This record gives sequence, C-alpha cells and structure tokens, in this order.
Amino acid sequence: MNDAMDFLLWARGTAFDVALTIFIIGVIIRLFEILSLGRPRSLAEPKGNQLLPGMKSVISRTLPDNGTFKRQPLTVIAGYLFHIGLLISLLLFIPHIELFNATVGFGWPGLPNPIVDAATVIAITGLLAALWNRLTNPVMKLLSDKEDYLVWLLTFLPLLTGYLAYHRMIEPYPLALGLHILSIELLLILFPFTKLMHTFTLFLARWYNGAMSGFRGVQS
Amino acid sequence: MDTNTKTLGEALRRNGVTRRGFLKFCTATASMMALPPSMVPAIAAALEQARRPSVIWLSFQECTGCTESLSRSHAPSLENLIFDHISLDYHHTLQVASGEAAEAAREAAMHANEGAYLVVVDGSIPLGNPGYSTIAGFSNLQTLEETVAGAVAVIAVGTCASFGGLPKAYPNPTGAVSVSDIVTDKPVINVPGCPPIPMVITGVLAHYLTFGTLPELDHYGRPKAFYGTSIHDRCYRRPFYDKGRFAHTFDDEGARKGWCLYKLGCKGPMTYNACATAKWNQGTSWPVESGHGCIGCAEPDFWDAGGFYNALSVPTGEISRNASYAIAAGVGVGAIAAGINQRTRNKAVRQHAEVTIEDLEKR
Repeated sequence: MNDAMDFLLWARGTAFDVALTIFIIGVIIRLFEILSLGRPRSLAEPKGNQLLPGMKSVISRTLPDNGTFKRQPLTVIAGYLFHIGLLISLLLFIPHIELFNATVGFGWPGLPNPIVDAATVIAITGLLAALWNRLTNPVMKLLSDKEDYLVWLLTFLPLLTGYLAYHRMIEPYPLALGLHILSIELLLILFPFTKLMHTFTLFLARWYNGAMSGFRGVQS
Repeated sequence: MDTNTKTLGEALRRNGVTRRGFLKFCTATASMMALPPSMVPAIAAALEQARRPSVIWLSFQECTGCTESLSRSHAPSLENLIFDHISLDYHHTLQVASGEAAEAAREAAMHANEGAYLVVVDGSIPLGNPGYSTIAGFSNLQTLEETVAGAVAVIAVGTCASFGGLPKAYPNPTGAVSVSDIVTDKPVINVPGCPPIPMVITGVLAHYLTFGTLPELDHYGRPKAFYGTSIHDRCYRRPFYDKGRFAHTFDDEGARKGWCLYKLGCKGPMTYNACATAKWNQGTSWPVESGHGCIGCAEPDFWDAGGFYNALSVPTGEISRNASYAIAAGVGVGAIAAGINQRTRNKAVRQHAEVTIEDLEKR
C-alpha cells in the first residue's frame, strides 16, 4: 500500500546520501589525479603569454566551429540544443534551486515553469537527435562504444522522468518523483567514472590547449 | 429503533431542511463527484427514498480528531444532518450507552443487518501487542475482524485507518497497520486526511445511497471524485508557483502578498485531496489560504516524509554534513592518489639514464 512512499523516502534519504558521497569523492579523486600530474618544468624562456590565449580558447571552443558545422551539422545542433536545454532545466527550475540551496547553502533566482518545461522538451529532443545521429551516421556508429550509449541513457532518464513527474504522467506521484531522483542518483554514481567528467575537465582542457599555443617556446 | 424505518427525506424535513436546501446539497454532491448535472434529480430521488443504512463506527488507535471534524461544525450543516441521520448504531465516542449495552447494540446491529451494514473505522490497528489498544476486553484486531465479517464494505476514515497514520510513524512502536492491511476480502474505501473533509464522507455515503455501489477508487483506494487531483493543481496560488513567486518566510512580502508556499515546505504537489475546492469550516478557508503550506496529511507516511517545512525536492538526509564528509574523504584519497602519481613520476625520472654522444658512438 505504502510502497511508493517508502520508495520515495529511500530515494530521497539513504540512496541520495550514498550517491552524493560517491559522486563527490569520485570527482575530487579524478581532479586530483589529473591536476597532480602537473606540467613539465619549462627550461626555455617562453616568448608568449599563456593565460590570455588559454582563456581565448575556452571561449572560442565553446562557440560552434564552421568547419565542424559543415561536416556534421546535426552533431552541432543537437549538442547545443541538448546542453542549453539541460542547463536551463537543471539550474533554473525552482525545486532544483531549492535542492542546491539545501546542499551548498545558497540559491539563485529561477525561471517560470513553462519556460523550464519548454527547455526540457528541447533537451530531450536534442538527446534523441544525438542518438539518431549516433546510430545512423556510419562514422559516429563506428566511433561509439558501450560507454557512449550508457552515458546517453544516464542523461536521458533524469530528463524523461522529470518531465513525466512534472506532468503527472506516472501514478502515484511519489513513485514518479522517486524514479526521477533515482535516475539522477544513477547518474551521480557513474559520473566520475565515465566521460561525464567532461563537465569538470572541459574548461581545463580547453584552457590548456590555448595555453600551449600561446606558450611560443621550446617544451622540454 | 423505529427511526430506522424513516427515509432520509423524512428525517431531513423533520429537521427543517427545505426542499431547496436539499436540492442544493444534491447539486453540490453531484459536482463534487464529477457527475453530470442530469444526475442531480436521480441523486435527489435516491437520497429522498433512502432508508437509513446501518453504520457501525469503530475507533482504534486514533485521537478522535476525525469524529470531532465530522460532528462539530458551528451550525448544523446538511452534511452533518445526513451524517447524524444515518443509523449510527455503534460509535463508542458518541453513544450514550456504554459498557455491555454498547457492545450489545453493536452485535444487534450486526445481526439485524447481516451483509448490509457499513463499517466505518478511524484509527490504526496495533499488531505489536494486542494489549496496546483494547475495547471491552477485545483487541482492536479481534473487534475489526468480527465486525467486518458481515459488512458490505468498510470505510477507513482518516489517515490512521487508511494508511497507519501517526501511530505508524517511525519507529512505529505499536506495530500499527491500516485497515486495508487486514481487510482484504471486502471493499475498503480510504478517506484519508488528518482529519478528512466532512463532505468527502457524506459524499461517499451519498454515492452509496444513490447508486447502491461504491465510488470509483484510485490506486490508494481513495474515491477519485475527491482525491483525483492534487492540491497543487487546484491551488489558487498555483499561478505564483508557475511564475516563480515564492514566500521565503512566513512574514515576508511574498507571504503577505499570498505567493506560493513551495519553498516553505508545502506538500501540495504530492498530496491528493479536495481541500482546495471543498475548503474547511463550511467553506471559510483551507490551510494554504490561511498562509500555511499543505503538510500532505492525506498521503501515506506523511509524518515521515522529510519535514513539514522543507521544500519537497530537498532530500531527507543531512546532506550538508554528508557532503562535507565526502569532500574531506575525497581530498584525503585524492591526495594519496596524487602522492602515488608523483612517486611514479619521480621513479621514472630517476630511471632516466643520461646518454651522451660518446655512448651512442660506441655502439
């Protein structure tokens, strides 16, 4: 009788604690692992500046590249649609902000629900387009391995269950909310050990790429 | 009891209820139960002619709040009159007779209306130890099983009877269970709420009297007519939720302007009940209208659902503390990983042998 509520309480309690702990410990270990490798000591006097070119590439590689767009328009469009939709629905939905507020101690203003709802639909559409592209484009298909599909599923489930819960398409509601939270816990647990880590490493990598170009000296 | 032979219509007229007032009640009932207006005359005719059904009311682990809610309106309402004029043959909180006379009344009603009487239960049933709650020397479980045997259906009134309620709250010291955990071979209608809305009880009774059947129930055994939509979907403050306008404390500008109470822990989004439409105290107000969020009292385990003043999306654990521990552990293990990385690198550097041109020319 009370199974759905018990499930929700478990998902919001024990399961969330476990997932969050694994996520935090995993991400910190991964970042330590990368950063502690450091950079080789430079024996040559660099002629250029590293900081500004680094920052420049962080921005330039965030913007769409014309060549890539011509070769793989769907990758670019689906990628942008998905990421923008995801960021809006993740960071600007009031109940999510309340969760961040309870976890990190501060919050920020949110967007009205109809806008967040639309952003979720855009994100889901973007993800479906990305999957279709991955399955139909021969090059993409060849490049994809199991992890790519796993990561796609881990990202898709929270969006789908969140949409279903918001629109009350699963009954009873505690089950809908519980499934949504559980899907995010799965994402959190596998996050540090998959390519989802790009959330944290992409700016590092982009900065490093730009910094290397700006170095203009001999790397020993 | 000669009053048993009177119809409901006669009983209401004797109490000064006008035909107009009666039809208004029938219309309200039809609309509450989402029936078409064409059903109003049928309801009126059926209720007019209805014989008073025999009702046995059992009270187990409860606080009497449900009975108070149903029996103590300020002015006698039609709901109350209908409630008063069902043949309430046993209700140990309300009845004048006591002791063996009361139990005799219950047994007499059971025998006289075998297979036709309704049992209303408020309160949960303790299974931990029969001695936790007894009436006339019988455990609640014994009384329930014996009384329900000849009943046509059971109405579980209040969250305790419907889902276990407060007695079942963690750590559930009495081993409390709901009526539907025990009664599995008879229809059980759950009318949860702490307390439930009086109109919902009379609505269920009116449905039974009109159609001779029980109303359509949802997955929690609640009449869909009353528990079909969430508080959130019927809330007059819903537009503020959608626009992102919230009260952050109980006395800030948002609270004074009547904005959404989600951030103050309102459980409206997960609670299914008719408060937002039926309201309380004869239509005066309801919790959200009076400035307090819904506590979700019509849902299972509402008492343990993570704090009345925490927003619904906030996890129930001590997340900040856990997160701090996790960060500390992460930094610790990360530092160890960094140390291992460093050692591997230093080792590689040490093993890096110097090679001169002379060395190469020797080969």
